[in-house]
Amino acid sequence: MSTWKPLSGTQAVADAMRQINPDVVVAYPITPQTPIVEFFAQYVANGIVSTETIPVESEHSAMSATVGAAAAGARVMCATASQGLALMWEVVAAVPGLRLPIVMPVVNRALSAPINIHCDHSDTMGATTIGWIQIFSENGQEVYENMLLAIRLAEHPDILLPAMVMQDGFITGHSVENVEIFDDDKIKAFVGERNPDRCLLDTEHPYTIGPLALPDYYFEIKRQQEEAMRHVKKIYLETGKELSKITGKEYPYFESYKLDDADAAIIVLSSAAGTAKDTVDKMRAEGKKVGLLKPKLFRPFPYKEVRTVLKDIPVVGVLDRSMAFGAYAPVYAEIKNALFELDKRPKLQSYVFGLGGKDIFKSDIEKAFNELLSGKVNSEEERYIGLRG
Amino acid sequence: MKEIYEVRMHARAGQGAKSGSQLLAESAFKLGKWIQSFPEYGSERRGAPTVSYTRISDKQIRTHEPIVNPDAVLVFDQGIAGSVPVAQGLCEEHGILIVNTTKSIEEIKKSTGFHGKVYILDATGISLKLLGIDAPNVPMLGALIKTTNIIPLETVEDVIKEHFLARLGEEKVKKNIEGLRKAWEEVAS
Repeated sequence: MSTWKPLSGTQAVADAMRQINPDVVVAYPITPQTPIVEFFAQYVANGIVSTETIPVESEHSAMSATVGAAAAGARVMCATASQGLALMWEVVAAVPGLRLPIVMPVVNRALSAPINIHCDHSDTMGATTIGWIQIFSENGQEVYENMLLAIRLAEHPDILLPAMVMQDGFITGHSVENVEIFDDDKIKAFVGERNPDRCLLDTEHPYTIGPLALPDYYFEIKRQQEEAMRHVKKIYLETGKELSKITGKEYPYFESYKLDDADAAIIVLSSAAGTAKDTVDKMRAEGKKVGLLKPKLFRPFPYKEVRTVLKDIPVVGVLDRSMAFGAYAPVYAEIKNALFELDKRPKLQSYVFGLGGKDIFKSDIEKAFNELLSGKVNSEEERYIGLRG
Repeated sequence: MKEIYEVRMHARAGQGAKSGSQLLAESAFKLGKWIQSFPEYGSERRGAPTVSYTRISDKQIRTHEPIVNPDAVLVFDQGIAGSVPVAQGLCEEHGILIVNTTKSIEEIKKSTGFHGKVYILDATGISLKLLGIDAPNVPMLGALIKTTNIIPLETVEDVIKEHFLARLGEEKVKKNIEGLRKAWEEVAS
């Protein structure tokens, strides 16, 4: 039996963590922390979970303690956002090479400067190249289910990589919506226990973690990391099928919404995809054939599959909620990459929107669709939605 | 009625509009509706103008844009109307505006520029009398459900009990429910 609850996106993550019942949760409980660990701390205080919480003195220490606990053999989590991720960066970058399956929910928020507390994707888009699995979520329901998928992916013996699970700060993080929480016993059976093949507390089988590897081995170890990342796509689908048996839902790499016969498509991550779906329906009712692609699994990026669904669409617009200053915006760059192999490619347009929490409305998305349909696009130009003149 | 019923609340930080929005949404949730409740955060200063949004629907709510054309607007402090266009996007024909004030309806129409359906309530007066603080959120909710019939009174009472019993204790829950009922009786047009 599942239970419907009115939950904010951060509560939905905390509820996933309640069901996962990690051995250790590490938190630096101050801004820019999110309510995730606050809600989870209540579960700990009320004895609902058996997790040991470790409060630390900074986000850098949070990820350090997380690494220590994971290396010791524990299932361990922490949560962060914006500046917090930036501060823990040094250790975040070390985790994939240590092959520790840490799952970290990240509530996407803008990076300083200027100081801003609102949503954009600058924080995690800065962490796309270091070897974490990244999954983006549209709403509280998705982020809850993505947490469950992420733990299985990260801990899979053919993967052993950390995973970030994203949702939009405030827009879904602080928004209360209907969330279906699936049966505790079924979810607990799905996530299982972490059974590491080696860990530091297994003194019978000592092993070295975090050694010095100069030019003799460093490159080879990094190549192994890439190999592990290449296993993710297959296992993501397999694990998704298993989760489907409980939830009745599907877990594709991305969601395709009315794309099949579309004359124009928009690609956008997370909460804005929901707004875009309403826009698609409104424009379809007016006879305009438009559609949406919402990436979910962002690292590894499903280039081939994205190419397959986009190849026959005349024009595609990509909406990014972050910039890459001096380069194509991050989602746009991936889409452009994905389409290179085609002989005849869709026309492309890059849009940046919503930085620092700037709102995006259905009317904005409709305007972008109309621009795409008009064919007045330029794949070399970055255009801005909602920017004051 | 539109597919999604949309309520926008203008308040000052500390007046409980975020909780008000959430109580409304959770009451609708209890009736089996799809809901969305979210505040607009600024810098967190007590007394600064805030906005909170509630959506209620029979169908799943996918949009995450702020509410542009509300069905009802609640103003927790009439003074906000001086600096914020509280009635923006509110339909003169079908929309309703509920203001926490001791002024007359005519004065409110003048200060907000809204000439559709206006209701007034001294929600601060009710709150001060019962709780000794300016927390007009629950009385304003009482006024909303009375004037729109979107949620039965008993449902909101149940949600207030669930929400506040552990945190505030029985006495304060009782007083909040009293404030809800008083507003239900006193809201005027």
